[in-house]
Amino acid sequence: MNVVVCVKQIPDPADPGALDPESKTLKRDGKLILDESDSYGVEMALQLAGDSGEVTLVSMAPNGEVSGLRTALAMGAAKAVLVSDDALKGSDALTTAKVLAKAIERAGSYDLILAATESSDGYTGTVPEQIAEVLGLPSVTFAKAVTIDGTTVKVDRQTEAGYDEVTCPLPALVSVTAGVVEPRYPSFKGIMAAKSKPVDQVTVADLGLDAANVGWAGAGQEIIEVAQAEARQAGEVIEDDGEAFNRVVGFLSDLKII
Amino acid sequence: MSHAPLRQNLDPRDLLDLDAELSDEERLLRDTVRRFVGDKVLPDVADWFDRGVFPREMAQEFGRLGVLGMHLEGYGCAGTSATAYGLACLELEAGDSGARSFVSVQGSLAMFPIWAFGSEEHKQTWLPRMAAGEAIGCFGLTEPDSGSDPSSMRTTARVDAGGDWVLDGAKMWITNGSIADVAVVWARTDPDGPDRGAVRGFVVPTDTPGFSAPVIHRKVSLRASVTSELVLDGVRLPASAALPGVTGMRGPLSCLNEARFGILFGACGAARACYEAALDYSLERVQFGKPIASFQLTQRRLVEMAIAVNRATLLALHLGRKKDAGTLATPHVSVGKLDNVRMALEVAREARSLLGANGITLEYPVIRHMTNLESVYTYEGTNEIHTLILGNAITGIPAFG
Repeated sequence: MNVVVCVKQIPDPADPGALDPESKTLKRDGKLILDESDSYGVEMALQLAGDSGEVTLVSMAPNGEVSGLRTALAMGAAKAVLVSDDALKGSDALTTAKVLAKAIERAGSYDLILAATESSDGYTGTVPEQIAEVLGLPSVTFAKAVTIDGTTVKVDRQTEAGYDEVTCPLPALVSVTAGVVEPRYPSFKGIMAAKSKPVDQVTVADLGLDAANVGWAGAGQEIIEVAQAEARQAGEVIEDDGEAFNRVVGFLSDLKII
Repeated sequence: MSHAPLRQNLDPRDLLDLDAELSDEERLLRDTVRRFVGDKVLPDVADWFDRGVFPREMAQEFGRLGVLGMHLEGYGCAGTSATAYGLACLELEAGDSGARSFVSVQGSLAMFPIWAFGSEEHKQTWLPRMAAGEAIGCFGLTEPDSGSDPSSMRTTARVDAGGDWVLDGAKMWITNGSIADVAVVWARTDPDGPDRGAVRGFVVPTDTPGFSAPVIHRKVSLRASVTSELVLDGVRLPASAALPGVTGMRGPLSCLNEARFGILFGACGAARACYEAALDYSLERVQFGKPIASFQLTQRRLVEMAIAVNRATLLALHLGRKKDAGTLATPHVSVGKLDNVRMALEVAREARSLLGANGITLEYPVIRHMTNLESVYTYEGTNEIHTLILGNAITGIPAFG
């Protein structure tokens, strides 16, 4: 089976990131890496596609950035579609979903689309479901296990209480949680091979979209202000007088944890 | 000339911004090995060191990663650049010199001679399995009485009446010897035979009768690495066991040059780990009411360490680029091996002292690196031998004898 994985290339979390004061969004003009949360989807896709299928990556990034894509290609994905266009600067989640949906259609035939539940830089957490809606596909979220049974996909869907067993017909979109599978290391042979794997870099126009409807121009949201998060309060120190456990129990009880 | 304002900030772990000198591919490869070491080596290596073991399963882990014989082409090898191989050695040795030694021996000392000098049958039989870590190799050159002067070896290879080779002798300080499936053994041929007493290399399956490899115990260095003696007692091999592509000391010495190249990178990794441990410790350790990193004496030591590590890494990168460009000379490798391992040992000792009493326990990586580096200082050409190679290169006068 063929699997499309939506992956995001993000600023390296190890480097202190910065906000662009003008756009009030994260600066993404430096080196970008594969979002670690996407490595789970890539691994899941590689396992589901097996030897007979193919894994295609779909991504949207500024400046034709491919470093993160190369990591996923080195893990074993066959090819990638990268949408890179200055007009996309400022795109909101829905626009991103529309663009990625077009890129997925360009990627060829597929049985399943995988995405992480949310990115590690923006944390919007809505793009996967919006892609499914745009493409008219069923979507299942928060997968902690994914299996294919003929023409259906079975998903163990993480819930607060445990998990639901969900079945839906293919093609479908599934968002996977971190830990759904253990991502493999890119092998050295994979790293060498990744150089020559095709990355189809396209613009908004190539996808048949109007630049006036994407980016800042097409965004249905506006970032009005960015404020410093409130500093974390100092914790409360409880001296044990032999009865401290009651305080701890009371504290947890107030939080409705016990 | 650029007049752009100079940046004021820097990465304390990459003082010279050497990261910017790497290609995307080299960076991905380096980051992959760094992650691998963080996941698979660092959590357990102090325990391996303590118990004096190196788990055999690690061979397959290395194989899956593709690090074994990574710079060789074909036969299941990845075919990376020499610089990439060096960077992998650096990251492995930031974990432990034992892990890097395993990879050096497998790739540069066992796989390389088979790849460079072996018959097609040798290559097909061994290289794919060795690249996958399913077969482990070792390299038998050094002997109990023949170290820096390997051509004085006493191990012999004679051709018997039936055309078989028969090997007799002993090899010493052989990394991976007791866990190896195949040994590349160098032996002196019969002075009256067709090779007129020249040294030849042999591919010896370790289950051949007469071959044994007792472990050398009671080491205080490279404890997370298997070191052995090889005993060759009438080891009978078919005529095809000899490496057809090389005769004479050029064979083993070319392997050593490959391995030394990895070591001059690896030493930077061990030194970096010691420096980083010292930096972290000095920022956390409070004496006289403030972190010891606040004291000028400590800062001096940290700065000297940082400069030493970065300068050595810059040298390694330079030599890596030269190797990839095909312009590396043997004395270049000696500069790197001599100076970088010396640097690493000095940094490790400095870091050990900066950590005070904590520096002597395996809770911190420093003393493990420090004792490991004593072996690295000696093996693959002692400091003295590399000095003499360079002395010869500079003056034109060999001073070995």
